[in-house]
Amino acid sequence: MAGADGDDSLYPIAVLIDELRNEDVQLRLNSIKKLSTIALALGVERTRTELLPFLTDTIYDEDEVLLALAEQLGNFTMLVGGPEYVHCLLPPLESLATVEETVVRDKAVESLRKISQEHSPVDLEVHFEPLVKRLASGDWFTSRTSACGLFSVCYPRVSSTVKAEIRQHFRTLCSDDTPMVRRAAASKLGEFAKVLELEYVKSDIISLFTALASDEQDSVRLLAVEACVSIATLLPQEDLETLVMPTLRQAAEDKSWRVRYMVADKFSELQKAVGPEITKNDLVPAFQNLLKDCEAEVRAAAANKVKEFCENLPEDNREQIIMTHILPCVKELVSDTNQHVKSALASVIMGLSTILGKDNTIEHLLPLFLAQLKDECPEVRLNIISNLDCVNEVIGIRQLSQSLLPAIVELAEDAKWRVRLAIIEYMPLLAGQLGVEFFDEKLNTLCMAWLIDHVYAIREAATCNLMKLVEKFGAEWAQNTIVPKVLGMANDPNYLHRMTTLFCINALSKACGQEITTKQMLPVVLKMSNDQVANVRFNVAKSLQKIGPILDSNALQTEVKPVLEKLASDTDMDVKYFAQEAISVLALA
Amino acid sequence: MLCAGPGGGSNDVQWCFSQVKGAIDDDVAEADIISTVEFNQSGELLATGDKGGRVVIFQQEQESKNKLQCRGEYNVYSTFQSHEPEFDYLKSLEIEEKINKIRWLPQKNAAHFLLSTNDKTIKLWKISERDKRPEGYNLKEEDGQYRDPNTVTTLRVPVFRPMDLMVEASPRRVFANAHTYHINSISVNSDCETYLSADDLRVNLWHLEITDRSFNIVDIKPANMEDLTEVITAAEFHPNQCNTFVYSSSKGTIRLCDMRAAALCDSHAKLFEEPEDPNNRSFFSEIISSISDVKFSHSGRYMMTRDYLSVKIWDLNMESRPVETYQVHEYLRSKLCSLYENDCIFDKFECCWNGNDSVVMTGSYNNFFRMFDRGYQQDMTLEASRENSKPRSVLKPRKVSTGGKRKKDEISVDSLDFNKKILHTAWHPLDNIIAVATTNNLYIFQDKLN
Repeated sequence: MAGADGDDSLYPIAVLIDELRNEDVQLRLNSIKKLSTIALALGVERTRTELLPFLTDTIYDEDEVLLALAEQLGNFTMLVGGPEYVHCLLPPLESLATVEETVVRDKAVESLRKISQEHSPVDLEVHFEPLVKRLASGDWFTSRTSACGLFSVCYPRVSSTVKAEIRQHFRTLCSDDTPMVRRAAASKLGEFAKVLELEYVKSDIISLFTALASDEQDSVRLLAVEACVSIATLLPQEDLETLVMPTLRQAAEDKSWRVRYMVADKFSELQKAVGPEITKNDLVPAFQNLLKDCEAEVRAAAANKVKEFCENLPEDNREQIIMTHILPCVKELVSDTNQHVKSALASVIMGLSTILGKDNTIEHLLPLFLAQLKDECPEVRLNIISNLDCVNEVIGIRQLSQSLLPAIVELAEDAKWRVRLAIIEYMPLLAGQLGVEFFDEKLNTLCMAWLIDHVYAIREAATCNLMKLVEKFGAEWAQNTIVPKVLGMANDPNYLHRMTTLFCINALSKACGQEITTKQMLPVVLKMSNDQVANVRFNVAKSLQKIGPILDSNALQTEVKPVLEKLASDTDMDVKYFAQEAISVLALA
Repeated sequence: MLCAGPGGGSNDVQWCFSQVKGAIDDDVAEADIISTVEFNQSGELLATGDKGGRVVIFQQEQESKNKLQCRGEYNVYSTFQSHEPEFDYLKSLEIEEKINKIRWLPQKNAAHFLLSTNDKTIKLWKISERDKRPEGYNLKEEDGQYRDPNTVTTLRVPVFRPMDLMVEASPRRVFANAHTYHINSISVNSDCETYLSADDLRVNLWHLEITDRSFNIVDIKPANMEDLTEVITAAEFHPNQCNTFVYSSSKGTIRLCDMRAAALCDSHAKLFEEPEDPNNRSFFSEIISSISDVKFSHSGRYMMTRDYLSVKIWDLNMESRPVETYQVHEYLRSKLCSLYENDCIFDKFECCWNGNDSVVMTGSYNNFFRMFDRGYQQDMTLEASRENSKPRSVLKPRKVSTGGKRKKDEISVDSLDFNKKILHTAWHPLDNIIAVATTNNLYIFQDKLN
């Protein structure tokens, strides 16, 4: 097909270029994703003079196309001719940084930050910094929000006059008319502070921080809390009290619960940033207040931080602070009216035992664990059970079994089958935490008892539970403890229990492996093919189909095949059907 | 904010006809009935929604803005189908396409954004202009004819060329499945990232960029629906306090909530309620006290509520009674029985403030609409009608005779046409330009400039 001057290699590229403006979004997206191929074919010169101007004008496209474009341009430096020409990428990214979709703008800013590193110091001042200024003084808030993310990347690499200008621009944006820009500035305040000289942190950043932290918009104030962490890490300890703490105290008592929530959510970071002394004097009472906040969302966020906060307290009087200040609040939270609060607490409360030691745990924490273990909300119970191992380490398995096990057993025998079901689902987890010995001694009987529960859902879950236990403890353990009991049920007078044997075999055979399956399980299954109940017989056929692939071909041909053939001529229709199905699936015909 | 120039008394302002939009014939198609009218923040754009689910946007002409005699006329800028009729198969319910409310978002870039809602679904629309299009293909001619691939010897990159201005409306977000009852209000928060939507029993809070999740901030649904005594009729965010919103009820109360206090605002911060006048008690008391619209003043200091017979202005700092009460059509009090029979008593009249909060406007029957000048305590009745639709002709104040002898130029209560009602009106945020929706026509009036 090579024409006179036609070049085969051009054709696919031509298609890609044409599809940049195809009606179908998917095709446009594909083309944009292969933009580097197009640029490579065009060469650096034409990429700069033709492709980039075209892309600069494509901002009318769908978000997903623009998003892909913004990402591609971040990796385009070599394709426009290397760092020397990297500034050619600025116009398209600048127009992408002003679109209304946040994801696209953010991606454009990310790419701009990336290519800023590839600018020489001169280019940064000649090309990049003017762009930042243009965005910062743009008519629409979209461009001004984008500018907020770019100050910190150019600041360290420009001259001191330009630095002063950049600081001025940032100041202006911090007091912008629109809350969107103030939010963007507040969220970049910490990042910007990091690249500033300490003297300017103290003179500029602190006043901006204070102003943003008392903004009329809740959504701006809460972002200032985040900035607080970075700013506090930058300042010397002696300045914290005067420069940061008044604002932080104010935020912790803000009228808006969303701001207090933010403080609670960032509490560990704040604690690390301000150091032990301020923690002791200020944060402990603040944390107590957050744990007692009137808004459940705030209490939940604070409850989540209980363990981390206690862990990071200065060790010299950690125990005393926890016992006198934190624990009383925690005790109240155990019986909170809101289940999210209780479940947040339950997910961390066990961690306190390592910090407080054995005696305190037994005396003060165990009653709380027990209360939560009996909570009406399953999530709370699950969170307690899934963290039993940390208590185990502190007070030992004996102590644990004496105090907690009765509660677990009680739930396991609850009259409501849904409660029993919930406990079964925790069993593999519990088994893993408590170890095989303890399990055999205390919980095995429970697990076996569920197999003959009168509710099918429980029997089914119990079967599944056994499989998971075998996966945890291994085939040998299964052979010794579970398999005999399961197989023993094959002779039970109740046909439902006999069927449970088959279901268990279905679930266990794979985990137990070929040997146990062939030697111990298969004979039982085959024997049950003579059961007088048809339901048992067709389940035998189904089981054989299931375990067939695990068996070797000898067993299949000599033992399984005759039985299935016999079942295939059974008087019962269902038995026949499933036997025939098994024969065809196992290819025994 | 720039305020309207002649902000003073209504006697300064002479309203004159500017434009009328919509079909002239008396035969009104149901779909053409205007269901909402709203100016954007600059007043340059005016949006209407109708029962057919369409949104029509008018743009003020730019060039004539300099002429003092008349400010720019509004011409159609964009028309699009915002909502389609739907059927909820689970509940066997038809969902009408009727646009209940339109709210403009503060402008964020060259494009304009608005929220429109029907009974169940809120949509965010982008209205943008395009004046360039790409030209040049490698493998086909501009007219679509394919070229022989063998003739392709060099690659062509498309270039953008100018073209005729095109206005596009594209749906950007769909906020669905959050309302069990009919949405009556939407309101954008001053933080510009959230908005609320209210139905009969609940108020939800949305983030403008998140469609799959909303937070319920008010729920007045009783455990047993038989205990239901009131419904939410309207809700609005405070114009500059991001944490404050109000909702009105069918019992005539307005509750102000503070979102700082708790995530769920079931308990209000303030309750505005006027004790009922025992002399006026009747079978209809509760129906006519139901609030059909609530609007904060631009300053945020006051709010206005509309009930069936009156407009009330409340100072946010005084909950016990309104600071001003204006009778819209008191002469109907003796006619409530027949208005109940023809269902007119359930009409939901809306109300609006002028740019500097000195005058309020609301609609009435017989295509009359009323303006109340707060400073001068003066009121005025005007009529939107084709008869005085000569450009720049001054609107004559109308008067309804209330009992006794009917004077010249007065119209008697009995001859009012209750099928002609003005439910939706809007006031330009900066200038004395108003948009008044009669059934299927949109009238634009402006003050006479000398």
